[in-house]
Amino acid sequence: MARQSGRIIIVQEGRFLLEDDAGSHRLFLTSHSLNFNPEDLRALARGQQRITVQYSEPEDLVAGLAESIELAQPSNGNSANPRHGLGATLRGFLRDWSLPRQAVGQSDRSDAAKSTESHQLKARLAEADQVGTSICAYCAVGCAQLVYARNGKVIHVEGDPRSPINQGTLCPKGAATFDLLNSPLRLNSVLYRAPGSDHWERKPLDWAMDRIARLVKRTRDETFVQKLPNGSAVNHTLGIGSLGGATLDNEENYLIKKLFGGGLGMVAIENQARVCHSASVPSLGATYGRGAATLAQWDLANSDCVVVMGSNMAENHPIAFRFVVKAKQRGATVIHVDPRFTRTSALADIYAPIRTGTDIAFLGGIIHYLLENDLWFKDYALNFTNISTIIDHRFKDADQLDGLFSGWNEEKHAYQYDSWQYEGEAVPSSLAEHSVNTAESFSEKTKRMEKGPPPRDPTLQHPNCVYHIMRRHYARYTPEMVERVTGCPKEIFVKIAEALARNSGRDRTGAFCYAVAWTHHTTGVQIIRTAGIIQGLLGNTGRPGGGILALRGHCSIQGSTDVPTLYNMLPTYLPQPQAYKSHEAFADYLKAETTPTGWWHNFPKYAVSLLKAWYGEHATRANDWGYEWVPKIVGDHSQLPMTLAMRDGVLRGMFFLGQNPVIGGSNSRLIERGLAKLEWMVVRDITETETAGFWRSGQLVRKGELKPEDIRTEVFLMPGSLAGEKGGTFTNTHRLIQWHDKVGEAPGDSRSELWFIYHLGRRLRTLYADSTDAKDLPLQNLTWDYPLSDEKGEPDAEAVLKEMNGYTVADRKQIASFQKLKDDGSTASGAWLYCGIFPDDSTNKARSRKPDGPDGPGTHLEWAFAWPANRRNMYNRASADQEGRPWSERKKLMWWDEARGQWDGYDSLDFEPNKAPDYEPDWSQEPQGMDALDGKSAFIMIADGRASLFVPSGLKDGPLPTHYEPVESPVRNQLYGQQDNPVAKKWEAADNRYHAVGDPKFPYALTTYRLTEHHSGGTPTRSVPVTAELQPEGFAEIPPELARELAIENLDWVVISTARGEIETRALVTERLRPFMIAGRKLYQVGMLWHYGWSGYATGDIANALTAVVGEPNTSIHENKSLTCNLRKGRLDGRPQTAPVEHAHRLDVVIG
Amino acid sequence: MLPGMIPNEAELTAGVKIEAGRQYGFFTDTTLCIGCKACEVACKEWNSLPADHLTLTGMSYDNTGALSSNTWRHVAFIEKVRSDGADGAMVLPPFQSHWKMMSDVCKHCDNAPCQEACPTGALFRTEFDTVVVQQDICNGCGYCVPACPFGVIDLNELDGKAHKCTLCYDRLKSGLEPACAKSCPTDSIQFGELSDLHRRARARVQSLHEQGAGDAYLYGAPGGPGATGNLGHLHAFFLLTEQPEVYNLPSAPSRGADRVLPSLLAGLATAVLLTGAAFGFLLAV
Repeated sequence: MARQSGRIIIVQEGRFLLEDDAGSHRLFLTSHSLNFNPEDLRALARGQQRITVQYSEPEDLVAGLAESIELAQPSNGNSANPRHGLGATLRGFLRDWSLPRQAVGQSDRSDAAKSTESHQLKARLAEADQVGTSICAYCAVGCAQLVYARNGKVIHVEGDPRSPINQGTLCPKGAATFDLLNSPLRLNSVLYRAPGSDHWERKPLDWAMDRIARLVKRTRDETFVQKLPNGSAVNHTLGIGSLGGATLDNEENYLIKKLFGGGLGMVAIENQARVCHSASVPSLGATYGRGAATLAQWDLANSDCVVVMGSNMAENHPIAFRFVVKAKQRGATVIHVDPRFTRTSALADIYAPIRTGTDIAFLGGIIHYLLENDLWFKDYALNFTNISTIIDHRFKDADQLDGLFSGWNEEKHAYQYDSWQYEGEAVPSSLAEHSVNTAESFSEKTKRMEKGPPPRDPTLQHPNCVYHIMRRHYARYTPEMVERVTGCPKEIFVKIAEALARNSGRDRTGAFCYAVAWTHHTTGVQIIRTAGIIQGLLGNTGRPGGGILALRGHCSIQGSTDVPTLYNMLPTYLPQPQAYKSHEAFADYLKAETTPTGWWHNFPKYAVSLLKAWYGEHATRANDWGYEWVPKIVGDHSQLPMTLAMRDGVLRGMFFLGQNPVIGGSNSRLIERGLAKLEWMVVRDITETETAGFWRSGQLVRKGELKPEDIRTEVFLMPGSLAGEKGGTFTNTHRLIQWHDKVGEAPGDSRSELWFIYHLGRRLRTLYADSTDAKDLPLQNLTWDYPLSDEKGEPDAEAVLKEMNGYTVADRKQIASFQKLKDDGSTASGAWLYCGIFPDDSTNKARSRKPDGPDGPGTHLEWAFAWPANRRNMYNRASADQEGRPWSERKKLMWWDEARGQWDGYDSLDFEPNKAPDYEPDWSQEPQGMDALDGKSAFIMIADGRASLFVPSGLKDGPLPTHYEPVESPVRNQLYGQQDNPVAKKWEAADNRYHAVGDPKFPYALTTYRLTEHHSGGTPTRSVPVTAELQPEGFAEIPPELARELAIENLDWVVISTARGEIETRALVTERLRPFMIAGRKLYQVGMLWHYGWSGYATGDIANALTAVVGEPNTSIHENKSLTCNLRKGRLDGRPQTAPVEHAHRLDVVIG
Repeated sequence: MLPGMIPNEAELTAGVKIEAGRQYGFFTDTTLCIGCKACEVACKEWNSLPADHLTLTGMSYDNTGALSSNTWRHVAFIEKVRSDGADGAMVLPPFQSHWKMMSDVCKHCDNAPCQEACPTGALFRTEFDTVVVQQDICNGCGYCVPACPFGVIDLNELDGKAHKCTLCYDRLKSGLEPACAKSCPTDSIQFGELSDLHRRARARVQSLHEQGAGDAYLYGAPGGPGATGNLGHLHAFFLLTEQPEVYNLPSAPSRGADRVLPSLLAGLATAVLLTGAAFGFLLAV
């Protein structure tokens, strides 16, 4: 019989939750012989009485069975007494027993049968003495929650009914938030693993912080590079890296980038956004100007047609899908295009099955259908997109060059972009990589944009206008070809194209919703671009119920993209200086990155304000505002190359801040080999992740390939904190920045990342205080004085948010708008795009919680704050026609008020408030910036103000989306001779082999995905009993036809293998997967869940042991949605089918 | 920060004021269900029910299996994706089809057989016209278990008491919508006054019929399937699109008490006959 001491937090019927002295939680059922009844237990909870429970652990149950309870201190009379004596029990029984009362004729529907307990009962929320507003810490939908606490202890978490996003509802993960906070597997102290050791040791927090600071200094000093051999200054270290940020607050991301990048010179700073939605940034950015969702989730309810593609929305974003269901209830058509029939398909009107990795063939087919049947929205596309723009006469299309575009350099395996430009002028990209890999005269050529409007032919006669180039490019994407390539019957395809066309125009709008099944491809950027073109042609973007919704995965993955813990960007989409671009001095950097026309002309104001925020008084005009202290990148330092850099010993120390690459990274075993080569690593999480424990229970250790004693990596596992236990902001999938309150304390030594980074920085600054080495100046000069908000030394997150917002340097007044930022050093702003969120000292707009009422406009402008400038529907100038009138009464959002000479409407305007629709630039004055954009320039971040159907600059793999097969494909490309993306990033090596096209050893297509019951890598759901039990083991989904061929029965063990590795899992044989007839042969797809591992309550082999390190050319995002594999019935290592499943290990068993 | 819980929160979340003396219940519209199981989790979170049986069942995405003393909401999954033919479903009727998902729960029968079988008065009818096991009275005799025609109520061997959905009795008393219905992302589970829910449900069936989902019908609404055998209506009733058995619901559930009189009479008759026979035998001897 086990014993546990602590205090009761909750009593429900006879069950209770105990918090022990270290802050850990355990649920108990009460044995019928327990010496306390429920009423007594409630009194114990109210009195916060310390008790000791004697309990047993029943099999197959995640709870204890309490057999007896002892009071730790003698009762003082007011608190609980043990079970009442016999007399009292008898009196109670007679009082409560209903029969006598019923015998005298009281109805059974009266109070007659009510017991004392029932009389006294009330919801525990009524006893809360503190109710905080919070935001769900799982996905990026951004559901608001209310966190209820009593006596400083959280007693429940549920949906906030006021939120316009979730309106009180929560999905299975959000609903489990209370159990997440109180998971029995949560860490509460620092665990340390010495080099070569086979066990964890508990260590004091202070000791760990000191040791980590010294290790960081040692590695930094050993690896710091001030100048490259060619003499150009880089001031960086390649020896230390950091992964993680998407699960963290914006303020935490800001401090990570500021300390690690701006202070220490680390460049390998990355987070989950790289392997989640990095493809969204260049695709939507190059097309519309900003790389994020164009509309708010709730606006989907106003849509007439919702296409969910590249997403299993009902499963992975259930609360966002709420609005799709609402649209359906208002008559919308719901379409799902997916390789599998999923929970989303079940609610659709049309389900189109397609072979994985053929999305561009399908969407390109839609473009073809719209153009050839003249179904596009001409007033919109002609005015607001570059469809009429004339492209350089040297341009040659993939149609002519068998899948390549003009400018291909076979030797460099890259394109030269000159022939993709507008005729006679070069176009700077709206992306943070304005001038990458282009002709040398590029920035001079872009200046010609100030001399006149781009060459256009509104009559669409010119053979090289975008319209004709697109018609030629997509000519071969016929419905028949769509069927041959994707496997979707052409009748179904045509139905979808027609539904989209029918539901677009003046009076109707349609929306696309996508997620990582579009991004996780070597063609990920171009898949999303295809939808961007469709929405431009159909005139849906910027309008109510129209646009593209990027459904992102983690609670702040949008925030960790904006305030980037990413290697290639500085806060809010400023490029990280690059040693091989003309970024040598600050003037070069500004010249290269400032666009002559459009909003990005303001670039210098944002760059200078950032440097002022980072380096304060040390940033002066004389020293170029400290520009030299910002480390320069020298290549691709993103997550995939980082895993190789670990393996190759370049990275010697690593931080994993809420990221678990052994589960989520590609080629998981290669990652484990890299971890084993590190000198030290710090993992900060809520439970022991597979990354943290790789040295004792990793795949290689379990296989005997590595032994703990041979692994020299020094490992720190530190407990982190969650929303509800710390204050800060998350940015949700539609750019809404919402504050979450601190309500309770995280267990034991758990600390926020804000605390960790701030105090690590403080210690490092002390270690470097006396240095006179120039390389240490950035750290010494960093502004690092944040007020602390409690006795644990937690920095005040609002102070960080204020710095991100921006302030005047002279008198430190908050700045209300990014229009007020200056390039003369008089303003500081750590994240210009977030400016306005903290407009004065006492207004934190992320905290505002006023939804529109039922009769309001429904833009909810007073519910939190959306970047940019609180705009909910970006590009909303396009919600009015060329003359500024709403396209229709039904789709009214913004309009030009001629009488007042300004724009008016329901949203925050994404345009200049006084620029009339008929405004034309005075070209004789060579106008710059916004002056060069006319009154129809709805896409102000683009240099010519038009949505780019054809993208002249910024994308490495072509101006128009083109179907290429995945790098691993069972079939040849039927559209072109070019098999796969010619610019795809390949890192083939002995431990990272790729399969050849149609390799008979790997005959099946393999796709990976997750379930609604689990979140991302599974850490925060596999460690939570109530979500773990819903999907307790890993499995692969197999179509019945294939199962029959291989004699696989439902629930059999099967082995899936690739050149990278093999795993065993259970078979779920299901009709929801179907075979496809492709190129005359029957092709099977196997589906595999990627969110299992061997820690937590729900377990299974790691699917990413199968995947390869291979990347998309623009972003280096991996291709885990489409690869090939083999499948057989059986288990690994000759284990029999009937061998039991291994159980999750518990930390307390293994701590030495 | 808020000063405390939102008063009468159910008015915000379900559009209903909760008052003693009125009848409340659940209307579960399966055509809106996405099978996310938020209801299962919200129920366990609110009621502090433990996770159990962490094994894969192989029954589609259902690893819960059945309602039990530890599980008061259960989402069933029935795959019928390619039952129409090899190509399977592509042009679909509106709302849920081909992969049926349905969140099951205690029906809180109007004439509740469990309550009738309970000898201690532990099972009682609350001021909200719902049926609840009072844990301070239940002695674990288990008579209620076979009485339930839906197999809902269950005895927990560990604590020796009967457990089932309370329709969040404690939450109703504090003006809160039951946890499952509040959490439901698509409002497949709707909570409200029963008469209101009946009206809403009938309108929904009609609207679905008009949109081409002709199979939609109500289970457990007064006079309909499920509301048979003198159970009266069910306080938790459902909109279904397949036969009840597909969802593991009885097509004509009945009240155990109705079977008592005939079987009592039959028993008596047997006793009389046997006695007669015995006398006859004795006389013959």
